[in-house]
Amino acid sequence: MANIILVFLEQRNGLLKKASLEAAKFASDLAGKLSFDVEAVSVGDEINNLQEIGGYGIKKVTHKKHSSLADYSTSAYTKIVSDFIAEIDADIVVFSNTALGKDLAPHLSVKMDSGIVMDAVECNIENGEIQLVRPEYGSKALTTVKITSPKKVITIRPNVFNPGNPNQDAPEIVINELTETDLSTKTIEIKKSEGKLDVAEAEIIVSGGRGMKGPEHFELIEKLADVLGAATGSSRAVVDAGWRPHSEQVGQTGKTVSPTLYVAVGISGAIQHLAGMRSSKYIVAINKDKDAPIFQVADYGIAGDAFEVLPVLIEELKKVKED
Amino acid sequence: MKIAVCVSHVPDTATKVNIGSDGKSIDPNGVTYVVNPYDEFAIEEALKTKEKLGGEVVVISLGGENNKESIRKALAMGVDSGVLLKDDNYRDSLAVAKALADEINNQNAELVFFGKQSVDHDNSIVGQLTAELLGFNSVSVVVSFDLTDNKITAEREIEGGKEVVETSLPAVITAQKGLNEPRYASLKGIMAAKRKTIEEKPALPAENFTEVVIMKKPTPKKAGKIIGNDAGAVPELVRLLKEEAKVI
Repeated sequence: MANIILVFLEQRNGLLKKASLEAAKFASDLAGKLSFDVEAVSVGDEINNLQEIGGYGIKKVTHKKHSSLADYSTSAYTKIVSDFIAEIDADIVVFSNTALGKDLAPHLSVKMDSGIVMDAVECNIENGEIQLVRPEYGSKALTTVKITSPKKVITIRPNVFNPGNPNQDAPEIVINELTETDLSTKTIEIKKSEGKLDVAEAEIIVSGGRGMKGPEHFELIEKLADVLGAATGSSRAVVDAGWRPHSEQVGQTGKTVSPTLYVAVGISGAIQHLAGMRSSKYIVAINKDKDAPIFQVADYGIAGDAFEVLPVLIEELKKVKED
Repeated sequence: MKIAVCVSHVPDTATKVNIGSDGKSIDPNGVTYVVNPYDEFAIEEALKTKEKLGGEVVVISLGGENNKESIRKALAMGVDSGVLLKDDNYRDSLAVAKALADEINNQNAELVFFGKQSVDHDNSIVGQLTAELLGFNSVSVVVSFDLTDNKITAEREIEGGKEVVETSLPAVITAQKGLNEPRYASLKGIMAAKRKTIEEKPALPAENFTEVVIMKKPTPKKAGKIIGNDAGAVPELVRLLKEEAKVI
């Protein structure tokens, strides 16, 4: 046992993601509790804000650099990170549970022959053991799990562990220029969804359901999202009806979200939808049917016609924003 | 080409979850089990690939006797044969993947489809674990798939967009909703499925590296307030969002 925690820092377009800062703070806090050392590794081409990581308790970061690594490659990233884990003999490896983290972490757990816990939302030390709480069954259950193998891989849910304000510490940055990479799986292009925020990463989400009566009325949802700086989401019913893309679906067969504010419009609140958004900090529901289950989880509800309420709400919010 | 598709047998998403008497798993009483919704996209893609390139599709499932229902569903949709890897005990993802990888090797499959996630334990890793154990290439959370002349081009969903990924066989693909429209089993398919054999064998033993300490239901959210029943309630809503919730 080298007593080392390694945190993987994800970059996109040469910048560390916010989720990586959360993972860094999580890893350094965990290291503090266990009296372990902590360090970080990143993979990519140039990263412009690597020094920021020092403020979150990371003293040393190794950047594995190659011009072919700007975009994600399962094969290359697996090889590079697993070699580095072996080199420093890391005991625990931490990732953020992003699209990239979810793909990469399991490959490394096989390389380490270690137990893996995904999507942790809480971490406690009980009798020197790490216990992780994670949602299952589309967040209808919360399971506390421990890893029994000596090596451990953990991913943490984005937007849950608050990294707090950084201090002014600067990390030691080691740039490791690589000469070759294994690109047997290779990203050849990234197709961006037209300038929209993704529900999985948004602080505010405005979702529409069957009560919007047709795809043409989602313009109202989009306008409300615009004025709030929010992402647009959808219920399963409207995705299955082909009104909205699946990437917007919130719920058990879509995305589980926990934004600061979730606005549900014309959504009755099927159990699988509620499971996917109930951990939002504040929930607003607008629905004609006052008995709809959505009102059982909503902090603030308006039991009225969305077509009447939304235009007024959009205007009122515009006024607030102008002040 | 031999194509494998791995399916799990899970509680329907409309299920209300209650915790079982062991305090570590759900109470199965009154729960309807179905083929994992994402696995239906995996089955459909396996069948489409066979229709395009020829070959044979085998469905593999690990679990108890009841998993045969999900295997039968895949057979009714058009899959050629089924294997049940029997194990009535709880396995974690890595222990599941080890048994699946062993069987995929036995089957000499070159292309393997999974659903991107089972809607019970929600780990979304069994496909990737199996790929790494087998030394196969892998692409997860796939919404578009093409295999031409041994070259795979797949689109995987990421935050705010898609990555277009190129790789080659042998490969594991995990299916996301949007990849295709799963076909319904025809009456003929259902009848034919009854004649297809399901091979049963014990799953390769594997140790669990994780252990459940306790399972709980999330604390119920306390009911909020209905402010009004028309647009007249909007100013009060805006005030609450600004002054009480402080989110705008």
